[in-house]
Amino acid sequence: MLALLVVTVIAAVRSTDLFAAAILFGIYSFLTAILFMDLDAVDVAFTEAAVGAGVSTVLLLSTLRLTGRYEQRHKHSPALPLVVVGLTGAALVYGMTDAPDFGDPEAPAHTHVAKRYIEDGPRETGVPNMVTGVLASYRGYDTLGEVFVVFTAGLAVMMLLGTRVRGGRSSGREAIGDLLVLRVVGKVLIAFVMLFGLYVQFHGDYGAGGGFQAGVIFATALIVYDLVFGEADARRVMPHIWTERLIAIGILIYLGVGVAGMLLGGPFLDYSKLATDPVKGEHLGILLVEFGIGVAVFGAVMSIFNAFSGLRLPSEGGRDDV
Amino acid sequence: MLVVLAPLVAAPAIVLIGRARAAWHLALAAVVASFAAACAIAWKVSREGAIDYALGGWEAPWGIAYHVDFLGALVLLTVTGIAVAVVTYARPSVEREIPESRRYYFYGCLMLCLAGLLGMTITGDVFNLFVFLEISSLSSYALIGMGRDRRALNAAFQYLVMGTIGASFILIGIGFMYMMTGTLNMADLAVRLPEVADTRTIRAGFAFLTVGIGLKVALFPLHLWLPNVYAYAPSVVSAFLGATATKVAVYALLRIMLGIFGVEFSLGEMPLHALLVGLGSLGVVSASLVAVFERNVKRMLAYSSVAQVGYMVLGIGLANTDGVTASILHIFNHALMKGALFLALGAVMYRIGSVHIRDLAGLGRRMPLTAAAILVAGLSLIGVPGTVGFVSKWYLVLGALESGLWPLAALVLFGSILALIYIWRLVEVVWFERPAADAPAIDEAPLQMLAPILVLAFANLYFGINTDLTAGLAQRAAEALLEVNR
Amino acid sequence: MYDYLVSVFLMMGALYVVIAHGNLVKKVIGLGMFSTAVFILYITIGKVEGGTAPILEEGVTVYSNPLPHVLILTAIVVGVATTAVGLSLAVRIKAAYGTVEEDEITEMNLQAEEAGQDGTEDES
Repeated sequence: MLALLVVTVIAAVRSTDLFAAAILFGIYSFLTAILFMDLDAVDVAFTEAAVGAGVSTVLLLSTLRLTGRYEQRHKHSPALPLVVVGLTGAALVYGMTDAPDFGDPEAPAHTHVAKRYIEDGPRETGVPNMVTGVLASYRGYDTLGEVFVVFTAGLAVMMLLGTRVRGGRSSGREAIGDLLVLRVVGKVLIAFVMLFGLYVQFHGDYGAGGGFQAGVIFATALIVYDLVFGEADARRVMPHIWTERLIAIGILIYLGVGVAGMLLGGPFLDYSKLATDPVKGEHLGILLVEFGIGVAVFGAVMSIFNAFSGLRLPSEGGRDDV
Repeated sequence: MLVVLAPLVAAPAIVLIGRARAAWHLALAAVVASFAAACAIAWKVSREGAIDYALGGWEAPWGIAYHVDFLGALVLLTVTGIAVAVVTYARPSVEREIPESRRYYFYGCLMLCLAGLLGMTITGDVFNLFVFLEISSLSSYALIGMGRDRRALNAAFQYLVMGTIGASFILIGIGFMYMMTGTLNMADLAVRLPEVADTRTIRAGFAFLTVGIGLKVALFPLHLWLPNVYAYAPSVVSAFLGATATKVAVYALLRIMLGIFGVEFSLGEMPLHALLVGLGSLGVVSASLVAVFERNVKRMLAYSSVAQVGYMVLGIGLANTDGVTASILHIFNHALMKGALFLALGAVMYRIGSVHIRDLAGLGRRMPLTAAAILVAGLSLIGVPGTVGFVSKWYLVLGALESGLWPLAALVLFGSILALIYIWRLVEVVWFERPAADAPAIDEAPLQMLAPILVLAFANLYFGINTDLTAGLAQRAAEALLEVNR
Repeated sequence: MYDYLVSVFLMMGALYVVIAHGNLVKKVIGLGMFSTAVFILYITIGKVEGGTAPILEEGVTVYSNPLPHVLILTAIVVGVATTAVGLSLAVRIKAAYGTVEEDEITEMNLQAEEAGQDGTEDES
């Protein structure tokens, strides 16, 4: 496992074919996700697989279409980078020599704050998945920040790349041919993916999953639709202006839940006031917030994907041979 | 609470509406609300001491809490105040520089950047600091990339690479601290760290945090991203970031070095004392020297910013009340100077379309009020008595003498002479040269732009003479920071 | 312990890609790998010997620490956001300069500076 990771990184360093490097990055993320499973971090593994291996790799590939596949050999001496890298590595190893042993249950990391999350978390939040509980309630404000990071990225990409659909390809028929099989398979696949997305969205309080993962999965379904049926059709299903509005709506749901807590006499993001029974209130708040996250993430991934794919058409001399 | 919430709500609302004009009105309403909230907080802090606010109703080490003390209140006031000036000013300038279909994204990003900076200031949790740092950074990369010159894109990309490395270093540092203490809350960390301070893990974590924040502060020699960013970003963005971004990073440095690790660890046990003083001095001298030879005025001011950051870091390194007071004061004062200067240059850009020094000849006759603002803020940058620049340098010299480091006092003087040279060059061209014969006739910028420039320029004088409010607050903040761990 | 050392090695390799390579897209890949390596560090901190995934279950008493998981969920999102913004800047740079190699871009900028352009003309 670990050895594979090391090999992947070395290969990525050495490769001058950026297409290969992008794929290696996907593999690297995927291996990391498996490693996370092994370390009991199921939610993180899920997200890393969906986001790192999925979204990032797709974005990398769509960029390479525009910027060219091969990188030049650089002429600089590698001395300075090596010194910086060496110093960083040395500092890291130095720091780790005094670290608590791997897996030690008595390590300070596990005995202070985290203890309450494990022992009382499910009871106090009404949610058996402690990760969801901490994410959406104890550290709900961090998660609000995280949704804003997604929103920022969406806005930033749309501002930089623009949102117009350029060129006039009207449907996907020319893109991949009018393959009946593909269209049928595509439709079935999309239905299943969306069903799975719904499950992940509303089951995140009991098992692995939640708004982030569900938002990404939903976006994937639409992206598949885009690939099979063409951009114009996909945009008829979900016009661009609505994807960006969805991000805003999702965020406003989250903020709204937070402000509702304030209006009911608690601090910002206090969900316990949302129902007469504080634990029920917590649970309700978590569900609502996760829903807001799902909507916002879906909108953001779609917007970013659209911004990148909107640029694909005009071939401004940047289109190499991918 | 409202101080961060206002821009946070405004950003999605702007996108939902999707109209450039409405976006500007919303942004203005948000910054005014935010500024009012900051004033209320400052009032409360000055009467009742530091404020804590537990988000989500979970008490501190388990949930995330806000923590605002004197220092935080001062930074909140500075950032929101500058934001009001910048947003008021923004509309004509943005109409000139940003294509219409992207304008509401622009205001949305500006709000997010502001919210990120305020969130960093107000939070009491180290990981939350990282999250809001990333909100402000990501939005600023995009805002910078909207500059009209293609070099803006390159500058934004370089900043993105450096900024992300910095953020990852901060993340590593936080990880090491969590590993040894099991907590992320700043106050809780301050309590629990001394027990484990003598471990290699904490020392390494401290080093990663210092380097990571140093990148954001643009501490010499980690400042390489800064000059091009300030030079090529849209005028409004240069003014906003120039006046606020590095300051908030300096604030984060203060919070973490002095507030969490404590004076004895940061400046006693670790060699940070010598490092900060040394790098600060080098930054002052080298950046000022570059500024003397720079011909693009925006970039000249950017190098001057690196030098000013040097002064701030120097003050922290001195680790006595006057030194730290000087740093805190300079956060506020430098925001006033650079805010005024960059906004004035934005007005020049609006009318003339260039900020190259040769195109500014005779500006004093063509745009007398703007030129006057440049003169006042420039004098303040040099540190002439009667301006705010003098006050912070005065405290810095006092701090240096108190530590028996008279060469440092000389260095401050030397830096001021260099500033005199580059500012004088600008003033000479603006006031004493005749405009080129073929120069088109131009007026002052619209009142909407002119008013914020003049207000900031006036503030440079007002707070320079009336030092009780700012210096008093800064001194109390410095004492609080240094006392916590004595 | 091996996890820690491997994450250090991964960070070093990725950092080398970021600093030493001149291709902007490759730099973004390197940044992504760097932050992912930091995630491994965190998740490793969170592991408890003999624990299971932190989802409440009958009869299980030892759980791994959920807090690092939460932090890293946030950090993953930050990472992909950075990747998206970095790549869109790279795309714009390609459109404006015709290349994404740092050396060539630097050279073009130097020429512009020698020509005395002060950064105010419109990009074409």
